[in-house]
Amino acid sequence: MRALADFTITPEGETGGATLAFTGPMTVASLGPIDARLRAVEDNVAQIDLSGVDRIDTVGAWIVWRTADRTGARILNGTSEADRLIAAISKADDNRVPITADRLPLLSRVPARVGETMIGLGQGSLEVLGFLGQFMQAIWTLLRRPTTFRGKALVHQMELVGVNALGIIALMSFLVGIVIAQQGAVQLRQFGAEIYTVNLVGRLTLRELGILMTAIMVAGRSGSAFAAQLGTMKLTEEVDAMRTIGVSPMEALVIPRIVATMVMMPLLGVYSAAIGIIGGAFLSSLTLGIPFFTFLARIQEVVPLHDVWVGLIKGPVFGLIVAVAGCYQGLQVRNNAEEVGTRTTAAVVMAIFMVIVLDAFFAVFFTEIGWG
Amino acid sequence: MSGIDLPIRVRGLKNVFGDHVVHEGLNLDVRQGEILGVVGGSGTGKSVLMRSIIGLQIPAEGTIEVLGSSITDARDDEDIDIRSRWGVLFQGGALFSTLTVAENVEVPLREFYPEIGDELRHEIARYKVLLSGLPAEATRKYPSELSGGMRKRAGLARALSLDPELLFLDEPTAGLDPIGAAAFDQLILNLQQTLDLTVFLITHDLDTLYEICDRVAVIADKRVIACGTIPELLALDHPWIQEYFNGPRGRAAEAAKQRNDRAERNAPSRVAQPDDGQAPGEHKG
Repeated sequence: MRALADFTITPEGETGGATLAFTGPMTVASLGPIDARLRAVEDNVAQIDLSGVDRIDTVGAWIVWRTADRTGARILNGTSEADRLIAAISKADDNRVPITADRLPLLSRVPARVGETMIGLGQGSLEVLGFLGQFMQAIWTLLRRPTTFRGKALVHQMELVGVNALGIIALMSFLVGIVIAQQGAVQLRQFGAEIYTVNLVGRLTLRELGILMTAIMVAGRSGSAFAAQLGTMKLTEEVDAMRTIGVSPMEALVIPRIVATMVMMPLLGVYSAAIGIIGGAFLSSLTLGIPFFTFLARIQEVVPLHDVWVGLIKGPVFGLIVAVAGCYQGLQVRNNAEEVGTRTTAAVVMAIFMVIVLDAFFAVFFTEIGWG
Repeated sequence: MSGIDLPIRVRGLKNVFGDHVVHEGLNLDVRQGEILGVVGGSGTGKSVLMRSIIGLQIPAEGTIEVLGSSITDARDDEDIDIRSRWGVLFQGGALFSTLTVAENVEVPLREFYPEIGDELRHEIARYKVLLSGLPAEATRKYPSELSGGMRKRAGLARALSLDPELLFLDEPTAGLDPIGAAAFDQLILNLQQTLDLTVFLITHDLDTLYEICDRVAVIADKRVIACGTIPELLALDHPWIQEYFNGPRGRAAEAAKQRNDRAERNAPSRVAQPDDGQAPGEHKG
């Protein structure tokens, strides 16, 4: 148990006015409990007696100074250390600035935030379009001067985005394939149409789920990584350093990431669909009595080729969205470490949202042009 | 305060990173109430030494005692008590970027003394900000809104938040303009005298060494090769020490110190106060 500071008030001596005597150590560790009591003192204090104080630090000095300032009391019997600290503190006593940054009251803060969000949404969409334009422009410059292309960075990013994702995408697709086959078979059995499980698994994975699940996985794995990497580079002024050297961050950082994602996404999508089909075939051979290779052979017969095309066309588009969202949000980071977090979250949310919206659009579009 | 003659005692310290031996058989004593400057070439492990002393780096061998308790075999509980008795200023300030300056100062207070009421805590944060030579307006600013020099002062305010006995400073004047650096030196000296601090100061700044350090420890060859006042060090004939203090910059700093001393004798009232230490050049443009 550590020693605590205390004080006593002796009312009205012969000198007039009460004497407030502090005792014990007056340090940051011992003053917390008496602060509130001290604030409540109403007496007419004329002297503050420090003879009972054995140790004092700036917090103690502050409390003595504050009390003396408020009551107009004189400070008596301080040690030289106490006097020195109180003198130092008295010079630092004109700070009335609130310690937190400005905050509006709740009633105006909520509408203000709603408004800011709406304006931010509008401006954000415009800025993303602008970013896309910059990207196109950079690609155009690159096409005219292909020697400046950063092949090594591209291959490195392709490895990070594509090759390193093979394991997790395989696992996910295999399980999704099993679930579709199993749940599909339960429903189809009611019509005695279990054999259509093959159609269900084949068409669904190639056309929709393979690429959609892959896009979501890549958004979570690589889109977030892009945002965090670029955001941190922005904070440490690496991006500014690049600019001053004459290296365009767009060329060195953004293009390799976006191109790598656009190339890898359709490949991962087809891979995911293939593994999904294997998952479906695996389950069918176990529970539905359709042999594994018969299942695979049937896929060729029941899945039209345009289903594969649908998946392949969506791939680069989804890749573009995921990578643009990641890079754009990363480069928007300013000020502090918290921004890296919020921007990374924003990149993933934006990417997944846009991917799903566009997927719905593609579904209608391809059906309308007769690829149903 | 606590009556310990040697607030920091390092014996036989050895630090190893992989195959790279940074320190071997390093001994160092810091005396009560002094400002000890630590110098050494780049990569000689000045920061590693500081990190070892404050317990961020676990040494391979050796013992370190800070304020009478061992850091090298301290368990967590014991550690916490010592941590409230030192303050550390990292090179870049290392402020928490999502908190305002005053909120940064409050973090150690909240952590160690939760019984301190909000009102008193805010008051403490406010006067510490001024005590560190920041203008009052800086109280509610975020670190990203401050210049490098102001960020260091804010870092110092946080380091002083608990009224420590020991202050660790890692290159406090690095990256400051000469006016700002001189003002920061004066601020450290004033605070050291006012608050009765023992200061462990890593620096490359020869002016700082001449102006405010009581003793200087030189790290080379993986250990402290010499520790003493600058005249004592100059009497040694170690090549690095000679080159360091007798190089063009060393001589310039010595000359500046002598000029200042003369000026001070002529005008003895010119003593910088903590609150006028704010150099005009330090405001963010």
